[in-house]
Amino acid sequence: MAVHMRVRRAFRTVIAIMIVGVLLFPLYWMVNASLQPSSALLETPPRWFPVGGTLDGYRQALQSQGRPLINSMVIAAGTVLLTLVLSVPAAYALSRFRLPGAGALLFALLLVQMIPGIVMANSLYAVMNQAGILGTHAALILADSTLAVPFAVLILRAFMVTVPAELGEAAMVDGAGQARILWSVILPVSRNAVITAGLFGFLFAWADFLFAVTLNSDDRIMPVTVGIYRFIGAHTANWNGVMATGVIASIPAAILIIAAQRYVAAGVTGGALKD
Amino acid sequence: MVARIGFVAPIVVYLVLFFGYPLVSNITMAMREFTAASFYTGEAPFVGFENYAAVIGDPVFGTALLNTAVFTIASLAFQFAIGLGLAVFFQRYFPLNGVLRSLLLLPWLLPLVVSGTVWRWIYDQEYGVLNQVLLGAGVIDTAMPWLSSTSMALTAVTVANIWVGIPFNMVILYGGLQGIPAQLYEAAALDGAGPWKRFSAVTWPLLRPVSAVVLMLGLVYTLKVFDVIMVLTQGGPANATQTLTTWSYSLSFQDLDFGAGAATGNMLILLALVFAVFYLRSTRQSAGAAAREAPRRRVPRLPRGRSATGGARASVAAAGEPSATEQERS
Repeated sequence: MAVHMRVRRAFRTVIAIMIVGVLLFPLYWMVNASLQPSSALLETPPRWFPVGGTLDGYRQALQSQGRPLINSMVIAAGTVLLTLVLSVPAAYALSRFRLPGAGALLFALLLVQMIPGIVMANSLYAVMNQAGILGTHAALILADSTLAVPFAVLILRAFMVTVPAELGEAAMVDGAGQARILWSVILPVSRNAVITAGLFGFLFAWADFLFAVTLNSDDRIMPVTVGIYRFIGAHTANWNGVMATGVIASIPAAILIIAAQRYVAAGVTGGALKD
Repeated sequence: MVARIGFVAPIVVYLVLFFGYPLVSNITMAMREFTAASFYTGEAPFVGFENYAAVIGDPVFGTALLNTAVFTIASLAFQFAIGLGLAVFFQRYFPLNGVLRSLLLLPWLLPLVVSGTVWRWIYDQEYGVLNQVLLGAGVIDTAMPWLSSTSMALTAVTVANIWVGIPFNMVILYGGLQGIPAQLYEAAALDGAGPWKRFSAVTWPLLRPVSAVVLMLGLVYTLKVFDVIMVLTQGGPANATQTLTTWSYSLSFQDLDFGAGAATGNMLILLALVFAVFYLRSTRQSAGAAAREAPRRRVPRLPRGRSATGGARASVAAAGEPSATEQERS
């Protein structure tokens, strides 16, 4: 019986590996292409493995996309900062105080996430043009924050309501003000939620293409998503360099999977224990 | 009280400035003849509903609307079906389950531009792996122009988008399945129910609230897919993959007819809003079940959703929402 069970489980693992293999094949194919010389990519049949590969693609990617990669980094980091500064106090207030209109505010945060990005881009273009900030990092940071802020407030609040009220009350008895309670008591406890919100904010901004391509007429602040887009247009034959850029642009996502895995898991069990 | 309001004041100002004002300006813009010159001269004559009339009268409108419907419905159906299949499969215990499940999330976390680029390479007519494999296997005898044929491009783009959305569906549905009490399955098994009967009598009905959430969110997010289509076909060839979203972009930012682009965008909002209302009503109706069961605990902290761009974001909110209010009340 036990052996039979183990065989069945092993069999399921094999099937699961096959499923993952099929679904992740496009990603493998990207890595494979990024490691092959351009000429090898134009062979029939295709080379299935990057044997005798080259790092030329990566050299090209860093050469032509170095600046866009740095831009993406700056924009994503700025977005995270702005998002947390705005959402942490808001989430705290929404989780702790009885405020008039709190329900309406939560509803608004939920609803604005459904506004199509193209509508935001269209109107933000006009607004930012008026403000004279089109083509700056700040414009993209502000625009990308619209993707991250509603999400961050809601996820932080969802976590903070699970923090026992007594924690704050104890501090209040000791004479701490609300700002102090948030900073010294609630924030340390909510660390995982803050990290999760920050990581996703980073990823939203890093992956943004729509705002980057619409609110940006200046190549000097072009992020890597637009860089790749232009790269395909300019060098359709140079798949090796394009794919290497794609792999580099995927690194934050890969890191997130590893990092968030940990924090997200901690959040799940933490929340479960408190319920 | 004043100090407390100080905590939320910034976010309220932010919402008004970065969502309220742009939305209002989009509505007024749609009623003006707003061109590139308007940005410099400041002149944009009021034209009432002419932009809407012009957009709806444009032959591209019908094509874009139909493409949007086909793209959205096909994406949802396949993402959901495949996602559910995977969720059911990963329900069962086996070694490496957790690792493999989180690997499946990868396509969902990648920048969509990267995913689109990879698919463009796969679909490449001469050197793409798809044609090479199909030719090698003798399924086709000439290389297919997947992205440059008007009859195949929409399917090709939809397949890529389905691939992007599978993990989102799988994760949320998996969370939903985890919330179904194991005793129900044991009881059903005792009553002699086979696997199919257990699925149809226990899993499916109890998963309905979560399914509704996934489908509605998927719908709202698929409506606004932009990156994948832009990278693969830019709405072409000959508008074969033009959706309302990509068309709105090309009206505004390529034809520089911002009034028409805004009008198209507003219609898109209206569409999204209709479904959003359906969604909110369905979550409210099933709030009890949905909130008590799966999504409450799992969805909020699982890596993000992004059917197209940001799926679980709202589901986090939606699913976390009722449970949180419950807690406050109790």
